[in-house]
Amino acid sequence: MVELLQLLVSGLATGAIYALAAVGFTLVWQTSQTINFAQGDFVMLPAVFVLMGTTMFGLPLWVAIALASLIFILLFGVGFKIAIVDPMIRHGVLPLAIATMALSILMREGAKDAFSAEGQTFPSLVSDGNISIFGAVVSLQDLAVFAVAVLVILGLQAFITRTRLGRQMQATAQNADVARILGVPVARMILLTFVINAALAIIASFLISPIYLVKFSNGELIGAAAFNAAIVGGFNQIRGAIGGGLIIGVVDNLAARYVSTGYRAAFPLILLALVILLKPEGLFGRAEERKV
Amino acid sequence: MKACITSAATSRIDWNLALLLIAALILWFAPVGMGRYGTYVLTLWLVMSVAAMGLNLTLGFAGQISLAQAAFLGIGGYATALMTAKLGLGWLSAFAVSGLICFFVGVLLGFPALRVQHHYLAFVTLAFSTLCWLVMRNEEWLTGGVYGIANIPRPSILGMEFKSALAFHRFVVIVTVALALALWWLVRSPWGRAFQALRENPTRAASLGVNVRNYTLLAFAIGSAYGGFAGSLYAPLVQFIDPAPFALSQSLILLLMVIIGGSGYFLGPFLGALLAVALPEWLRFTGGLYQIFFAMAVLLLLIVSPSGILGFVEKFAAGRRTRAASAARAAAAATLSEGAKP
Amino acid sequence: MSMANRQGLTKVLEVQGMKKHFGGVKAVDGVSFDVYEGEILGLIGPNGCGKSTLFNCILGQLPPTEGDVKLDGVVITGRAPTELNRRGVSRTFQLLQVFANLTVLENLILAGQEHRGSMLKRLVGRRDAGLTGNAQRMIDFFKLGHLANEKAGGLSYGQQKLLDCAMAFMAGPRLVLLDEPAGGVNLTMLASLKERLQAINEETGATFVVIEHNMDFVMSLSSRVVVMAEGKVLAVGLPEEIRSNAKVIEAYLGH
Repeated sequence: MVELLQLLVSGLATGAIYALAAVGFTLVWQTSQTINFAQGDFVMLPAVFVLMGTTMFGLPLWVAIALASLIFILLFGVGFKIAIVDPMIRHGVLPLAIATMALSILMREGAKDAFSAEGQTFPSLVSDGNISIFGAVVSLQDLAVFAVAVLVILGLQAFITRTRLGRQMQATAQNADVARILGVPVARMILLTFVINAALAIIASFLISPIYLVKFSNGELIGAAAFNAAIVGGFNQIRGAIGGGLIIGVVDNLAARYVSTGYRAAFPLILLALVILLKPEGLFGRAEERKV
Repeated sequence: MKACITSAATSRIDWNLALLLIAALILWFAPVGMGRYGTYVLTLWLVMSVAAMGLNLTLGFAGQISLAQAAFLGIGGYATALMTAKLGLGWLSAFAVSGLICFFVGVLLGFPALRVQHHYLAFVTLAFSTLCWLVMRNEEWLTGGVYGIANIPRPSILGMEFKSALAFHRFVVIVTVALALALWWLVRSPWGRAFQALRENPTRAASLGVNVRNYTLLAFAIGSAYGGFAGSLYAPLVQFIDPAPFALSQSLILLLMVIIGGSGYFLGPFLGALLAVALPEWLRFTGGLYQIFFAMAVLLLLIVSPSGILGFVEKFAAGRRTRAASAARAAAAATLSEGAKP
Repeated sequence: MSMANRQGLTKVLEVQGMKKHFGGVKAVDGVSFDVYEGEILGLIGPNGCGKSTLFNCILGQLPPTEGDVKLDGVVITGRAPTELNRRGVSRTFQLLQVFANLTVLENLILAGQEHRGSMLKRLVGRRDAGLTGNAQRMIDFFKLGHLANEKAGGLSYGQQKLLDCAMAFMAGPRLVLLDEPAGGVNLTMLASLKERLQAINEETGATFVVIEHNMDFVMSLSSRVVVMAEGKVLAVGLPEEIRSNAKVIEAYLGH
């Protein structure tokens, strides 16, 4: 029982990070039909930027973090939208999806060649240590990660539902044509979702990197988890991505403990297959009536 | 090319067919003097072309995304390895079984996925691809796990041996041409017309009696079977298989081949596979950076022409044709309006 | 009423209490009417009165909220479009829907091929499923002769509209639902289209239901007219009765 609680908490912590990546993934899908196969690498790269800043240029950690975030948002928020998405968006979902695959290779190999092929440690936000809740030993790290991720998600929700800008963005995500008629500056809103996606990736990166090491190949797992989370939760809802992320995180952790390590990775996928078969709009999604 | 597929009934020369046969002739003699490794790369190109050809049917003709083509390649590869290396059966039967297994697995995967909504096939195949890979890695009693299966024999059929690199290459040329011809027949048949129709406008196709789900399922299952056929050629080519080349990333690379070659174009997969297989070889002089150059090349190509290489070629050709045609039409319109005056 | 004259004739299609609600919007709100064998029934009404939604509910494109459709007395509500087509029901859409990348000839062959032979025969049999002759006759009938091997996407709007209609007839349907066949077609082509439709109706005895906005076109083409307004049937009658119906005049001009 105690062990289960521990597993749950650490599962929720990783799940919250997956949720951050999945929310960004869903946002860019909704506003611009971009299936970003490089989403996992988006989460991998900011930490690499920071470590390059501290180790190669000798910058203080906070300067490196600020600079890395800025550069990342410019390159992979704004730049990604303008250089890759814009020229291809008219030609359907596929060429763009393939282009993000190429981008993924580029980011991965770039990080390997310019930075390191080995895993590197990343400074943690909180000191190592454990606290005991109801007899279960829970790491401070996990708690902090979970808390930060939840705060970020709540902040994002508040932004979307409470502010004018956020509502305009939401309207664009749900139906760009209607939003345009209502006078929403659709093009700017789409750009905003890419910037938010990049920002979420940065936060996820700084949260996950102290737990796992910083490594060029991290993106594959994180990206798959974010993708699964978005489908399991429901592709057309932000809350779907959040719920999906948490579920995938927990299932992943439980499977790692109780199932043979060989088939650990299968469990989120079996969940995915079940959802597709039984509730294709996702656990938290809304069914859409088919358009004629 | 797309234009040729659809209007082949009216043109006397089918350029797809002509190019295919000319290329086959060149490939027959190409490896002479290339050495074992050069021959291997050339053969690998053809094997990947077969897998990409199948995916092109699923994607380019029926408009479905499959993320499991490498898994089907793997199923075919393992089936062939087990039947020929472990059970000592002939290659031909292994080839047939590989294709059949993949066809039926395709039906089993596609049936529930296509019941829902058509982009769900992408999700289902994504999950299947990883599950398949896990089975290949974990079930040592069957697949040898990470140690794989070694000593896969090259085929010998009716007393003819295809053991040397060159002989096997020529064998692969023959099989590839046969499979390409079968597909060429398929896309020109009423089935091919139905595939194109349901990709362009499934609602209208359904209203004309085209059973969209059956046709889509068949396109996916046949496309998957080509993955199995390719696997059946791949196993004796490398003579040792392990799970690595059948991972999800390889499925994505196959998808990439189809898109950069030009999806929906008969010869697109050959071009795409050529780039994906040979370009890294040509970029070897860059040392470890070849993947970066490869990724940049793909990105640039897609930004310039999202419909791939053949899409670019067709647009260029169509531009020239349109200019000629609009001149002719203007002339015709002039005479018509003369005649129409009361 | 004209209904009396129709007694004894076979009902091909019966629409009974059809409703389709989208959230709070009652696009179709309790529509009933019958269609008799061999007639051309006009379906008119102001924009947004639910005509196309009704078509989509009849033809299995949309699940109706309530109500039934009978074909030859058999309930077919919610059957898939493909199945209805196999049973001899054919249609065109309001928006032009030809296959732009297929040629005119191929569009027509496609429209007929699923009614010929088995799946296997369509794979190993003749490339045109033996339909080139039929398609050619249809092309000539709709005066598209010089365009047989052109890509449909390259045709003028009016020509595509004719092709769209022609495709609906390739499989020799018994019941054809045409959604605004005359929309956007120029005057010369309009006359020819009407004449073609009447000729097919007489020749094959097929039954038509035609949604149309062009009053002259629909009044001179149809043998009977159903008027819809705000999701309901406002009036049913012969064209001349409808022309002088006060409620109809009000619905069109009153607001």
